[in-house]
Order: sequence, then C-alpha cells, then structure tokens
Amino acid sequence: MTWDDMQPLLWTATQETFQMVGIATLVTLLLGLPLGVLLVLTDQGGPLRNRPVNKVVGAIVNVGRSLPFVILLVALIPFTRWVVGTTIGWQAATVPLAVGAIPFFARLVESAVRGVDRGLVEAIHAMGGSTWAVVRKALLPEALPALVSALTTTVIALVGYSAMAGTVGGGGLGNLAITYGYMRFETNFMIVIVIELILLVAVVQLLGDFAVRRLSHRGTSAGLLSRLRRA
Amino acid sequence: MITTKDLTKVYRSGDRQVTALDGVDLHVREGEVYGVVGTSGAGKSTLIRCVNMLERPSSGTVTVDGLDLTALAGNEHRAGRELREARRRIGMVFQHFNLLSSRTVQENVELPLEITGLDRHARRRKAAELLELVGLADKARSYPGQLSGGQKQRVGIARALAGDPKVLLSDEATSALDPETTRSVLRLLRDLNQQLGLTVLLITHEMDVIKSVCDSAALMRGGRVVESGTLTDLLADERSELARELFPLSEFGTGRPDGTVLEITFQGDTSGQPFVSQLARTYQIDVNILGAAVETIGGRMVGRMRVELSGSHQDNVVPIGYLREQGLQVDVLNGPNGLNGPNSLDGLTATNGAVA
Ligand SMILES: Nc1ncnc2c1ncn2[C@@H]1O[C@H](COP(=O)(O)OP(=O)(O)OP(=O)(O)O)[C@@H](O)[C@H]1O
Ligand SMILES: [Mg+2]
Repeated sequence: MTWDDMQPLLWTATQETFQMVGIATLVTLLLGLPLGVLLVLTDQGGPLRNRPVNKVVGAIVNVGRSLPFVILLVALIPFTRWVVGTTIGWQAATVPLAVGAIPFFARLVESAVRGVDRGLVEAIHAMGGSTWAVVRKALLPEALPALVSALTTTVIALVGYSAMAGTVGGGGLGNLAITYGYMRFETNFMIVIVIELILLVAVVQLLGDFAVRRLSHRGTSAGLLSRLRRA
Repeated sequence: MITTKDLTKVYRSGDRQVTALDGVDLHVREGEVYGVVGTSGAGKSTLIRCVNMLERPSSGTVTVDGLDLTALAGNEHRAGRELREARRRIGMVFQHFNLLSSRTVQENVELPLEITGLDRHARRRKAAELLELVGLADKARSYPGQLSGGQKQRVGIARALAGDPKVLLSDEATSALDPETTRSVLRLLRDLNQQLGLTVLLITHEMDVIKSVCDSAALMRGGRVVESGTLTDLLADERSELARELFPLSEFGTGRPDGTVLEITFQGDTSGQPFVSQLARTYQIDVNILGAAVETIGGRMVGRMRVELSGSHQDNVVPIGYLREQGLQVDVLNGPNGLNGPNSLDGLTATNGAVA
C-alpha cells in the first residue's frame, strides 16, 4: 500500500474520529458538567444538600464509570438505535462514547469544584447571592483551570475509546486500523495510524496544558513569575 | 442598628450537642464601632454569622436596621429572596479575605453589584469610587494573588461596601495581618465609620483592636456576653474585666503605710487638667506620684495615675472630694485600716462611677 493509497482513507477516518470525539465531547460537557456540579451542591455542606439525590446521582455515576467500555458498546445498542437510527458508523459510536465519558467527566468536575475554597461560597452568600450566583460567579470561574484540565483528560480518553469503538464497526481511525492494518496485514498502514493517534493525543494534551497555564496566569504563581521577570 | 434578643445557637452532630450561643443580647447603636472579644470557642464567629443569617439561630431574634432577619425565609445554605436582599445591605469582611482569584481587584469589587443586577457602566463607576476610598485605585487591574495581605483586606472592605451597606460585619479581619498592616486597616475602618456613618460590628481576639477603634465592646465567654457597654462606661467601672484588660494596672508602688494611696482615672476632657499641681497648691499637701500611664482608647485619651497623699484617709476626705468634683474617677486603695488589694476597694469607690 502506498502513501497515495493511504491518504484518502486516512483523511476520511480522521474526519470521522474528529466528529465522533467532537460530538461526544460536546454532549459530555453539556451533561457531565451539571452532573458534577450537582454532586457538589447536593453533598452535605453544599447549598442544596440533599442526601437522596446525592446518593442516587453518585451511584449512577459510579456504575457508569465502572462499566468496561466494550460492555457499554454492546449494551447500549438498542438505545443507540433509538437515538441515531443506526448501530454502525461513527454516528452510532458517539452514543456509547458520550454515555461512557459523562460519568467519567462528572467525577473530575466534582473534584475540581470541590477544590474551590468554601470561603468564596460564603462570601457570595453574605453578599446576597443565590445558589445560582454561587455556581456562576464562584464555583465555575474559580475551578476553570481544573475544569479545562479535566476536559483535556476526558477528550484524550475519548480518542482512545473512539479507536475501540472503531474496531466494532464504529468508523474512524480505529475502524481503519482493524480493517486494513489487522485484517489485511498492512503493517505499515497500521503504524501510520498508530502514529496519528499518538500525535492526536499529544496535541490535545498540549493544547489543554497551554489553556490551563493561560487561565491560571492570574494567580499567585503568575504574579510571582512576572515580578521575578521584571526584577 | 443591630439588636439580638436572647439569641441561642446549638450545634448538633449525632447525639453530641454544642451550645455555641447561650442567650446573647447585643445592642449595637447606629454609627458606632462595636467590638466583641473572647477566647477561642467563645462563640464570637457564631454570633456574627447569626447576624446575617449565614448561621440560623436556634432561637431568639436578630434585628438589623429595623428588619427582623430571623423572620425571613431560608436557611444558612439557601436564603429566600428577601433575606438575600437584606444581606445586600450588610457588608461582611473575612479573616481570609475570600476574594476570587480569577477576577481582578476591580471585578472583585464589582461582584456584589453584578449580583444586584446593576449595569456595567454603573458597576465600573462604583468600583472605581470604592477603590479610591480604600486607597487602591492603582491596583484595579491587578489580581488578588499579586497583592499583599493588607491590600487584599482593603479590597475585601471595598467589596463589602459596594452595596452601600449601613452595617459592616468583620470577623477577625486583621488576624491574618502583621501589626503595622493591622493598624492601617483599622484606621481605614475607623475612617469609614466616621465618613460614611457606617455601623461596624467586629470580632477580634486582640484587645489592641478594641482599644484603637471601638466605641463599645462586649466580652464573650462560653456562648454568653458576660460584659458589655461603651468603653467610657467600662473604664469607669473598676469591676470591669474588659477595662482591666484594656488598661492593665501595672505594678505601681504601694506607698508608705501611713499615707493614702489613690488611683485616679481620667478620660477625655479631664485629661488636660493639671490636677496634681492644683491639688498640691489648693490644699497645701504633698502628692507623691507612684506611677502613671496614659493611653488612647477608642480615640479618647485615658489615663490612670496612682498617687500617695500624706496623712490618713480621714485627713484627705476634702482633697478626694475635690478631685471627684473635677470629674475624675478616684479609687482609694488603702482605707483607714491600712492597705487593701486594688480589687477590694472600700465603700467610697462604689459610688464614684456616677461621679466620673
Ligand atoms: N459548624 C459547627 N458545628 C459544630 N460545632 C460548631 C460549629 N461551628 C462552631 N462550633 C462550636 O461552637 C463553639 C463556638 O465557635 P465559634 O467559632 O463561634 O468560636 P469563636 O469565638 O469564633 O472562636 P475563635 O476565636 O477560635 O474563632 C465552639 O465550641 C465550636 O466548636
Ligand atoms: Mg472565630
């Protein structure tokens, strides 16, 4: 197989992987973020403390996290068909990807938000803020660097899972690796695909780290650094 | 301005319960700086947190500016709308500043105004004004992480003032600061109190804080207020523990056994009078000064002097009466029966509080 043969295949598969991971990330963010925040708010000591809700949500998240992704892929087939109308291709793979990533991300969000100083929550309360103000003005902005870091970890996990989903007919780079690299013994092609996946993960990590650094550039360390630089 | 009536707070954790407040009656008048002191665990923080309902009292009422806050819906974790609106008129500053590190100084000061829903333009103007007031106009664009502790607390104070509160609550606002910075922050509080007519309720464990800024003070112990009043009244009361803490009686001499030892406390206007020389001149008696101390407490000069007059108590009834007429508080430490301890004062002193 020559590079010219590989190129169009790689291009299509990469697009599929991006779409899968992109949509799954979006859904994960949309559902995982509120879930993680809810876990903190309903915990004892939180403004919405509610033991039953906290326990139920916590349990669902735990079950979701402990299920192996392969099981999820299979177990969700009826649900996937109901949502996207098909059970093969990258569109179908987004469903188990998102479902698997939501609890994962929610736990990371929870610990990020828990890291916010309780004094800030109290300050918002003392100035007459509602629970919503606490979330919007204190918890989310203060946890932002940690949240971005959590998202980076999640996206990287999604890239890995998407390759796995690809192997069972989910499209994308994983599918390519199985159908050409494995079944047709195109070792070179396999190596190219693996390198692309590694690069993809590295780029995501780099971007994430960069964003985190930019965002935390306003804390003590940044102040110290810039002061040192000026001195 | 702030009144608590029979305030109690009981914390329950499992089958254990802690009575943090045990029937606290506090009355803070409009425009005064009121300090609450007490040892660790006395219930000071619980008390101040009950004033804006960050902590719900178990019983009793809290009235701030005529509004009974205990009647408003909500709990400490989730306040109803009316309580939230009432809180906007009560500023609060914290020991650890509680500034948002993700916001600039100016954005921190704007935060309460965002919550109130003020428009961007008005927020900017107000924040600039407040930063000017606390002397941090040049730091508007800095982040809290780039400020010193004293500067952070100034931001905290500016933020607390954003809603034009009539009342400012301060829980150990200077406890994380060094003495020099503490003084400047206290001076700021005092200035705000005088310029804006702000009523300040502050919690501290440092007597110096009370001494330098407060008009009134309360001493807490075991969830109770054991003593309270204006500093002037407290200092005039020789049984006052607070007064003794504020103005410790140093180891002055005790004089000769045949003399009469007096302890003279003078405040405010009377401190300008040359009463020792007047006494000596008018009554032709020898006045031996055993010790003296002068301090500024709550912006007023307070002095205490121990003097010895020759002759027995009986011989000196007239000069002592003269001193009391001058508005001085006079305690006779040794009666006709010899020397007594400074705390077992003779009958004459019981009435002098009214004179002073
Ligand atoms: N959330 C809580 N749960 C249980 N007990 C509490 C709680 N908060 C305070 N207490 C108890 O109430 C009592 C009073 O506490 P408080 O914090 O008001 O004291 P304080 O006078 O402010 O002390 P310090 O000078 O150390 O700040 C203490 O015995 C404390 O252990
Ligand atoms: Mg305290």
